[in-house]
Amino acid sequence: MTSAALRSRAWKLLEMVTTPLLPSDYLDLVSPLRAGADLRGRIEAVHPETADAATIVIRPGRGWRGHTAGQYVRIGADVDGRRLWRAYSITSPTNRQDGRVTITVKAIPDGKVSNHLVRRAKPGTLVQLDQPTGDFVLPEAKPAKVLYLTAGSGITPVMGMLRDIDFDDVVMVHSAPQPQDVIFRNELHDLVAAKKLRLTEVHTDTDGVLDIARLDELVPDWAERETWACGPAGLLDAAEEFWSERGVRERLHTERFRPGIVAAGDGGEVTFSATGKTVEADGATPLLDIGEEAGVLMPSGCRMGICFGCVTPLKAGAVRDLRTGEITEAEPGVLIQTCVSAAAGPCDIER
Amino acid sequence: MTAIDPTAHLTAEQIEELGRELDAIRDEVIASRGEKDAAYIRTVISAQRKLELVSRGVLLFSFFPPAWLLGTAGLSVAKIMDNMEIGHNILHGQWDWMRDPKIHSTTWEWDHVSPADQWKHSHNELHHTYTNVIGKDNDLGYGIMRVDEDQKWHPFHLGQPLWNFLNACFFEYGIAAYDLELGKNLHKRRRNTPEFRARAKAVGRKIRKQVLKDYVIHPLLSGPSFLTTLAATFTANLVRNIWTHSVIMCGHFPEGVQTFERRSIKGETRGQWYLRQMMGSANISGSRAMHFMTGNLSHQIEHHLFPDLPSNRYAEVAVKVRALFEKYELEYVTGPLPKQVFSAWRKVFRLSLPNKKPKVDAPDRDQELVAA
Ligand code: FES
Repeated sequence: MTSAALRSRAWKLLEMVTTPLLPSDYLDLVSPLRAGADLRGRIEAVHPETADAATIVIRPGRGWRGHTAGQYVRIGADVDGRRLWRAYSITSPTNRQDGRVTITVKAIPDGKVSNHLVRRAKPGTLVQLDQPTGDFVLPEAKPAKVLYLTAGSGITPVMGMLRDIDFDDVVMVHSAPQPQDVIFRNELHDLVAAKKLRLTEVHTDTDGVLDIARLDELVPDWAERETWACGPAGLLDAAEEFWSERGVRERLHTERFRPGIVAAGDGGEVTFSATGKTVEADGATPLLDIGEEAGVLMPSGCRMGICFGCVTPLKAGAVRDLRTGEITEAEPGVLIQTCVSAAAGPCDIER
Repeated sequence: MTAIDPTAHLTAEQIEELGRELDAIRDEVIASRGEKDAAYIRTVISAQRKLELVSRGVLLFSFFPPAWLLGTAGLSVAKIMDNMEIGHNILHGQWDWMRDPKIHSTTWEWDHVSPADQWKHSHNELHHTYTNVIGKDNDLGYGIMRVDEDQKWHPFHLGQPLWNFLNACFFEYGIAAYDLELGKNLHKRRRNTPEFRARAKAVGRKIRKQVLKDYVIHPLLSGPSFLTTLAATFTANLVRNIWTHSVIMCGHFPEGVQTFERRSIKGETRGQWYLRQMMGSANISGSRAMHFMTGNLSHQIEHHLFPDLPSNRYAEVAVKVRALFEKYELEYVTGPLPKQVFSAWRKVFRLSLPNKKPKVDAPDRDQELVAA
């Protein structure tokens, strides 16, 4: 018997010992970061960067496959007891010796996860991780001339690249409200002093928002540069237009952080994606009834919110709990009770 | 369907007002669920796992009598924790709000021969929706006992103290059979539906795994302690079964608890539904340890009003609920465990015999009110 077959036999036996739990449920008690465990990380330190940004140092579990500079990672943190997932760019270089990775988080107003990570996260806490992903990365062959166009926390994936690779000719145009809001400011200025970077800071509180046409004056050879842009949607939209108009759209790489915020309304178009049905729903009828009316096979039970026999994944959009008025937005893994939830805007129910 | 309706003094408006007040209690807890609650269930789960691990470890040396005692006691408590405070409550969806896929009603499996999804159907859906409605809520007497004077007596019921005792000893199997609706499905025609066959197979699979673990694998692992470990796991299962059966009997059987007729729930309003839960359940009073070991089902009344609120909050909710009972002049049935168990058993014995005297008619409340 091969050793792999032996191991799987041994594992089966172990499962018989621990049933109805799994061996991993017990192993998690002592070694949550071991190889073969669900991917997690342990927060080892939190370093403030600015008044509202901090770098979180994470030791990822053994299953971590490593990242490419510019990529992001999805993190599941327990905020007020509830697990919420957000994506953050990785700011550490790929060859960091101690095996830890960092993300740098800017607390956004009302941001549940960002405020939690910046202000309340404690070393020793476990977070859930996904493998790093994203194609906001450099090509295999290092480009001769590079432009980074960033704003706010849009600097984070770029910092990951700057720390990872020595460029021959790199220019950065970065916007932030005030000088003290520029994340990594000291490090950037060190790079400038070492002649490794040319930097233009735009302080939007005094200079106003960057007018993209100013690039002609700030970086006259911008069109020859391979450009990576990251920041708020307004900046990226303007950049895409600007590059397209000049016929060099393929030189521009953009990264958008947050998909549009869901506007919670009253009723909306409900899609039952597994069945391929779409119907209009008001804001007061339970989605269970809406689905059944449309001829979708909906799981159900008590029909009054107590048995949890109707829970179904919410794939997109938002719903309102008819009892409490609470809004639930779609996120991976979010389940809703269809008998007490109504559409709060367009939504997609996996049925 | 008791002779005197203890809620007859309430007007329809009062009942709806009561419903609104209960909704407000619920909303308050929902709004304040948070980190502390999440930490609570995580601590309980991890403590349960450690206790089970240590107890099974101690049982490897169970040929040594003190080790047998210690390991058996530990394993019994671990199994009770698994079924009551953890399993029952997670399967109710009480912790789904945490969005932790490992502590979720859709993924949890418990140390019990009834597969979680079947139990969720018969318990969460049938029992909790139709609480104490004769003919709809099979928890009433589990289909083998007479639990109300108005139920027809049959000589079969003479044996019900014995059935109840056997059910207590092998409670998890009783529950599995009950979830399968075995009685109803004894007819050949029903038994042969693919749906029933699939469910029966799932139970068979679960039983096989549980039995293999408790009565083969762990004793074998104990080597020279094979027999003593076998005896220990059997004892732990017995203790767990008798304990959970006792706690559950106290929830709906003691004297003072009402049962309802099928037609009484037609067109039931939210307030009336709440009222039925209040009148159909009974609590157990006692220490915090006692509440914990019952999985907070000692707060059965609160649990039936709000089956999806986290169990660690029932104690604080109980204070407010009890105040409502007083305000609306309703009887809050509660008492210490021995008293409630005794009361439930007495009913089992009493109803095993035919009714003593013809039922007295309910006094006419309307007339009383007019006279007053
Ligand atoms: S059908 Fe019972 S909770 Fe939705």
